[in-house]
Order: sequence, then structure tokens, then C-alpha cells
Amino acid sequence: MGEASLAKSLLLALPLWFLVARALPARLPWLARAALGAAAGWAAALAVTLVVPSGLMAYLVSFAIVGSIYAVLALGLNVQWGYTGLFNIGIAAFFALGAFTSALVTTSMPSGAAAAFSQQAFGLGAPFLAGVLAAGAAAGLLALLVGGPTLRLREDYLAIATIGIAELVRLVFQNERWLANGPQPLRGIPQPLACLVRDAGCGWLPAPLAALFDPLAPRDYPYVYLAIATLFVIVVYLVLERAIRSPWGRVLRAVREDEAAAAMVGKNVARVRLQAFVVGAVIMGLGGALYAHYMIAIDYTHFDALYATFLVWVMLMLGGSGNNRGAILGAFALWGVWTGAAFVVDLARPLLAAISSDLPARGPYLRLLLIALLMLFILLYRPKGLIGEERFVSRDSQGQDG
Amino acid sequence: MALLTVEGLTTGYGEMEVLRSLSLRVEPGRIVSIIGPNGAGKSTAMKAVFGLLKPWQGSIRFGEREIGGLSPDRIVRLGMCYVPQTDNVFPSLTVEENLEMGAFVLSGPTKERKERVYELFPRLAERRRQRAGKMSGGERQMVAMGRALMLDPKLLLLDEPSAGLAPLLVDLIFEKVRDINAAGVAVLMVEQNARKSLELADHAYVLVGGSNAIDGAGRDLLGDPEVGRLYLGG
Amino acid sequence: MARALARRAVGPRPSARLRRVLGSRTALVALLALLLLTLWWLAASQGVTGQRLLSLAVRGALLGGILALGAIGLTLIFGVLRIPNFAHGDLMTWGAYLALFGLTLLPAGPPLAPFSFGAELLVLLVLVMPLVGLTGYLLDRLVFRRLRARRAPSVILAMAALGGAFLLRSVIYLGWGADFRNFYTGRPRPAVELFAGIRVRPDQLFILGLALLLIFLVYLLLERTKMGKAMRATADNADLARISGIDTESVIRWTWLIGGGLAGAGGVMFALDTQLRPEMGWWLMLPLFSSVILGTIGHAYGALLGALVIGVVWQMSTAFLNPAYGPGVAFVVLILVLLFRPQGIFGKPGGT
Repeated sequence: MGEASLAKSLLLALPLWFLVARALPARLPWLARAALGAAAGWAAALAVTLVVPSGLMAYLVSFAIVGSIYAVLALGLNVQWGYTGLFNIGIAAFFALGAFTSALVTTSMPSGAAAAFSQQAFGLGAPFLAGVLAAGAAAGLLALLVGGPTLRLREDYLAIATIGIAELVRLVFQNERWLANGPQPLRGIPQPLACLVRDAGCGWLPAPLAALFDPLAPRDYPYVYLAIATLFVIVVYLVLERAIRSPWGRVLRAVREDEAAAAMVGKNVARVRLQAFVVGAVIMGLGGALYAHYMIAIDYTHFDALYATFLVWVMLMLGGSGNNRGAILGAFALWGVWTGAAFVVDLARPLLAAISSDLPARGPYLRLLLIALLMLFILLYRPKGLIGEERFVSRDSQGQDG
Repeated sequence: MALLTVEGLTTGYGEMEVLRSLSLRVEPGRIVSIIGPNGAGKSTAMKAVFGLLKPWQGSIRFGEREIGGLSPDRIVRLGMCYVPQTDNVFPSLTVEENLEMGAFVLSGPTKERKERVYELFPRLAERRRQRAGKMSGGERQMVAMGRALMLDPKLLLLDEPSAGLAPLLVDLIFEKVRDINAAGVAVLMVEQNARKSLELADHAYVLVGGSNAIDGAGRDLLGDPEVGRLYLGG
Repeated sequence: MARALARRAVGPRPSARLRRVLGSRTALVALLALLLLTLWWLAASQGVTGQRLLSLAVRGALLGGILALGAIGLTLIFGVLRIPNFAHGDLMTWGAYLALFGLTLLPAGPPLAPFSFGAELLVLLVLVMPLVGLTGYLLDRLVFRRLRARRAPSVILAMAALGGAFLLRSVIYLGWGADFRNFYTGRPRPAVELFAGIRVRPDQLFILGLALLLIFLVYLLLERTKMGKAMRATADNADLARISGIDTESVIRWTWLIGGGLAGAGGVMFALDTQLRPEMGWWLMLPLFSSVILGTIGHAYGALLGALVIGVVWQMSTAFLNPAYGPGVAFVVLILVLLFRPQGIFGKPGGT
């Protein structure tokens, strides 16, 4: 345990660094915050890796990875709903499209014996980042196609249309064998930076760093992926925080507050809403790519309305829509509730079995019931969610407008 | 005792105050008109009386009963009916069905009541099976008033009954108002067309900036230069 | 507003005139006819016989009957309450599973020839409909009414409907699991020939008959009863309804009871015709909404017409498309309607 700890702690340090740096008072110059954050974050990471037993650690890491993926999705939804007021019930469409696009772009066409079992439309064998970019682009393109005609209609109609899109995308990936091996899973999705945990090491890594990561074994790969996933969350978060305070963000908020007034001032309301819809969709596509490379094999069942759409909505509502931190918080919090509920349901197995012999197997649906009740509870009693909407002043407004 | 007594009514929308300490009375069987420039709060006053708006201060009494804050469907049962200015018919229902809706709170047959309305508005009798949405503005106004009359109210509230109507129809509508009043129904009317409504009214209030400016008998106010100064013109 | 004033001075631009023409009712009907012809041609080019196409069209009409039961309830709720009831599909599923539960309680009698079901299913149908209506009403009473009192925006109500949908579905999953079920197993369901070589199952004729009967009863309700007229009035103009003294809470209550009841019947019928699975209602939602929007929201007969059109288009598309894409075809119709005439067949021009 001791040898790999250093490397693991370094990987773990990335998200903790960010969290600590953000938590520090803003009065400090950013360099100080960064340095302090790095030091304190790494110290905390080291402590965690040394103290927490490896079994629990592995669980926490995988929890954090999935939480991060959901956080990205929630951030994308926040752009659409929290900032623009668009009711998108088709998150699954953009999520799935991103995942499958990245998978197709980064895998290679199956050859030889494998070709008999697996079909795909194309396989470029491109690097991870290319897949990610393609995922975002594909999702954004779909959003453009769908949003064009529907966004100028009532919110209800947009919701209905997005349900349709999600169903359609799912049907396509389920039935079209030639596209992505549907309904069979598309396997062999490459893992980025997997070389860090392999014996051979990464060719491009300078010797001292390579030595650092040498002790890591393939089963430690989740740590690497966690670093990647949290990097995604951090980057998306920072970009969105900047964007919402920019002139574009101001127009967005103006449109949401009072559409008629915004239109009168000459802002092109339809175009801004479409832009927001596309931006949100691109982010959801990125989340899809993140998901695909974590799961290594994906199929259409991963993207049903429950896990891919409903959960994300409840996450955003729980955390507080209109607030990027709320989106991230809600994602982790609800994912915690979801997995925690799994434990509770597991513990209650004997009780369930006593009521009916079928019940223990249906434990997951008990969780679904809980989440649905939670959503209704939030809507009725705390629509603001945990953190509530962000009230903020734009960077360069200084009393010029508002 | 007055049929409707409003005293010191102050209210508005959201945080915006529209009416400030408004007072007026409607005696039984009289026609009372509220006139005033745009934005003076005339329609707001009517909405407050009918329970569509909660009063912040002041009292509204129907007979002896305090009705400030009661909901419209309760007020309707007390004998006061309201004809809004726009969207005042159910477009996909026929004329006859529109009238029937006016009598919803009653459980008995509506035939006699409908006949009485048709007597007042013969044009509606001819078109009773026609969809209200397909009728002209004047006819729709008649349907709207007919619907309000189905309950034999003691007081009829009319919000700008002549709005958007051609002059000939305006005369017709006001004639009908006279007929309705002749049957014993008190009328409280908000009107843009000050001259005509003052000719009709037994008593009138001029509303400026959310409160009473002047009031007096309709015909007296017609000649009053003060009113003219305030805003007459038509 | 300046822009609007300027526009009035110049007159409608050519693009606006074009949109008006394209948005006319005749254009929409023509578009639908064109769609049907395209489907016919596509099927024919795949070698599908005219007889089979006719068969599919008839089957589509039958499916349309089932859809109509859901669509009419959905459009009533949409019209009176102004919310897209995303829980409607799951109310249909709920009805089907309640009937399934009932079948375990009631003794299974012999099938009523030539149908595949026994008299007990008819009894259950009569029992299930008010139960589902009650479920819908409870959902409104516990959730929507509170949101209404708070003047929550309609999007929030729609979200609550979504939550209600998943709530119902989770209960169904808990009670019966995710597997496919059937009302009756091991009963042969042979088709009979109607005419011109078109074969349908007797069950399907019953379903169509029942759907028409229920629709006729809804018609009587809406046209002849006071509450029905009040429902139409509230759908037209809820504020005016209140002003006239109509007890809108009572209207809302009845709308849920009737809408839910119809949904329950639709669910039982659909399950009888195909099978039960927990996602069946959600899966039907897309065709249901397409029917409702095509037929104009709030318009009960429009919903019937829309459902028939969607049913026929759906079935005919199976001649050359994978049947799984059925809802996708309904979606295409929806998009076309939203593009050209979002207010539907019976709506006012320029409005939504």
C-alpha cells in the first residue's frame, strides 16, 4: 500500500487542490491561493490515501468518478434550465450521443474474428481528446437541429419534443446494428492515460515522473480516471462561471428575467436561447464521453430516461438550479443518496423478503420510489434546493446596467 | 342603505399602488359611472370590488356585508355579477351555453332565465346555437352581459362596455344598459366614453391618480368645467 | 413594439404571408395526406402489397381508438389545467396493472367467445377506470393544487407531473417487476377475416367498439351535462369561468377523474391487445402528445382525430420500418405540426 500511495495521493490531490483553493478567502492573491491550495490539497490527499483502507478507498474513488460525470451533466442542464429556463427532458439523447460518438471515434474497427460479433459504423482509433471533442460537437449539432424549430415554441412543447428526441436516439442505438452494435454493447473503448498504470509506462513521460507512477498497478487506474474526471468538472465549471458573468451571460439572464423587455432592447431572444441550448448540450456530450471511457463498454440500456434524465433533473433541483456550485453539489449529494439507499435497501433485505419473496430483487425500484418522492418534496417544500439561485453582479457592470 | 359601499380602498398590483383611499357608493337600482383618464385605476377599482384583487386597506360592503377579499364565486352568489372588458365570452361554447355558464351556481333549470335574456337581446335569440367565438364584437358584448344577467343580480359591474365598438353599437349597448336598469338592476360602470356614460349615469365619480377627484349627478358633471379640465374629450 | 409598429406600416412581409399560407388548416391536411402517400409509396417500393397496406391502415384505426382514449384524457387535462400531464402514460400503465392485480383476485372465467377474455375483465374494466381516475385526482390534490395555490409557473407543474410519472412507475416496478406480462396466457387469439382479405382479431374489434362507446359517452358528457360544459368553458378561459361563478376546483376534480378513467381504460385495452410492461405508458406518451397537439390542445374531438391519424401513420410505417420506431414516426408528425401549424387542426391561426 505504501509504495503506490504517493502516486495515488498526487492524483487525488487535483480535486482537493481545487476545492481548498476555492474555499480560501478571495482576498488573497490567486497565486497564494493556488500554492496554498496545492500544498494543503496534497497533504489532505496523502493523509486520506494512507489512512483509509484500500477497499473503502476504491469505493470512494468510483463514487467520485460517477459523481463527477453526473456533475458535468448537471452543469450542462443548469445552462439550459437554470440560466435560460429551457425545460429539456431529453438529456439522455445528448448524453448517449456524446458517449457513442466518443466511443466510435476512439475505437478501431473490429477485425478478424471480432468482426463477426461486433459492428460499428466507423472506428477512427483516435486519441481520447479527439473523442471528447467529437462527442461535444455531435451533441451540439443535435441540439442545433432540434432546437432550431422547437425553441421558439412554448416550454411545454420543447419538453415534449425533447422526450421524443431522447426516445428516438435510444431507439436508433438499440436497433441499428451497423451503427454501434446495437443492441449489443460496444466494447473496447480505450482508457485515457492507462499507460500510467501499466508496467511499460508512458513513453512521453520524463523519467523522474515515470518513476513516480511506476508503483501503480492496473487496478489503481480509477485514481487516474478520477483525476481526469474532476479535471473535466473543474474546467467546465470555470468556463461556465466566466461565461455567465460575460456580456453573453448577461443577455441570457436578461432573457430569462423578462423576455419581452429583452426583446424590446433588441436582443435576439431566439438566438440566445438556441446558443444556451447548444452549449448545455455540448457539455452533456462531454459528460457522455467521460462516461463511455469509464465504462469501456456501453449500450442503449445505459441511457434510459430514468438514470440519464430524471436523476440529473433531481440532482439539479436538489442542489439549486441557477447555481453552478449547486449543480455539482446536487450531483454528488443525490448520487450519495442513491448509493446510500442501495446500502439501506440491502440491509433491509430480510424485511423485504418477509413482505414478499419478489421484493429483494426489486430493491433498485425502491430507490426510484425514494427519488421520485424526493423530487416531489423538493418541488413542494424547497424549490430553491440546497443552495438556491446565485445572485450576482457581472464582472464589468459596475452600475452600468442591471 | 346603499347597495355597495366602498370606503378608503387602497390596493394595487404587486408592490405598485394603484388606488389610494377610494370611496364610492351605489344606491339600489341606480346607474353609477366611474370615469377618468387612462391609468387612473378605474378597472382596478372594479376588480377589487369583485374580488379579483385583494384590498390592502379600506372596506367594501355589499349591503351590510363586508366582501373585501372574498373570492368571485362567493360574491356572485351574493348577487353581484361582473362583465370583464376583454375575453368576456367562452369562444368555443355556443351563445346558449355561455348563458348557461352564467347560471352555474344554480341547480335548477335555466330555461326561463335564458328566455328573459333573449327578450332583452333578441339578436342573441336568433343566434343562440352559434359559437360565441365567431360573433362580432357587439354581439359578444351582448353575450357577455347576458351571461352576467342570468343570476338576476342586484348589481351589475360593467368594465368598459363600449370598448372597441362602432358608435352605432355603442348607442345600442348603452340603450341595453338603460333597459337592464329599468328592470331594477343597479349598474356600476367603468367607461372611457365619458360623455355617453355621464348622460346615462345617475351618479358618477371621476377618478384621477387612484382616488376620487369629483363626484356628482351624471348630468351635472357633464356641464362641469372642472371635469372638462380634468380630462373630458371623450 | 417599435418593430411591430413598423411592420404594420409596411404590411406583412412575404415570409409572413408564406407562413400564413403554410399554417392554414388546408395546408396541414394536405401535408398529412402527402405524408400518407409517401408512406404508401415507400411501402409499395419495398414490395408490400396493397392488401397488406389496407390491413395496416385498418389496424392503425384500431390502434387509433386505443390512443384516443389516452389522448382525450390528456387533452382535457391539458386544456383545463394547462399542464402537459407527463404522468398520463404511467396512469395508463397503472390501469393495466391494476386490472392484472384484479385478475389474480377474481376467478378467471371461460373466455367469452370469440374474444380471448372472460367476463371478469369487463368487470375489472368498470372497477379500474374510477380507480385510475381517483389516482389522478389524488395526484392533483396532493401536489398540483398546492403548486397552483402558490402560483407556481406551469413548468414547475410539468416537472411535478414528471415526478408523479416516475413515482407511479416505481410502484409498478415494485409490485410486479420489470418483466413482460399478459392478462391471459395460453389462449389462442386467431384472426378473422373482415373483408377484402383484411384480418383482425376479434379482441381488436371489441377494443375499437369500446373506445367508440367511451368516446361517445365523453361526447355526451361534454355536450349535454353542466359539468361537461363547465369543463369546456374552463378550458376556454379559466378566469372567466371563475368570474361566472364556476367552481373551478370541482371542474379540475372531474377533469382528473374522467381523464384518469379514460387513461385507465386505454391502458387495459392496450395491454389486452399487446402485453403489459412497466414502460408501456411512457412509450405511448409520444404518440399521445402528437395526437393531442395535432388535434389542438383542449379539443376532445381533435384528440380523437389526431389519434386516428397517428395510429394509421404508425401502423403503415411498419410496412417498411422496424416496428420499434413507431413512436419515432409519431414524433416526426409532431415536429411537422409544430413547424407548420403548432396550434393544431382546430386551433386559431397565429396562436398556440
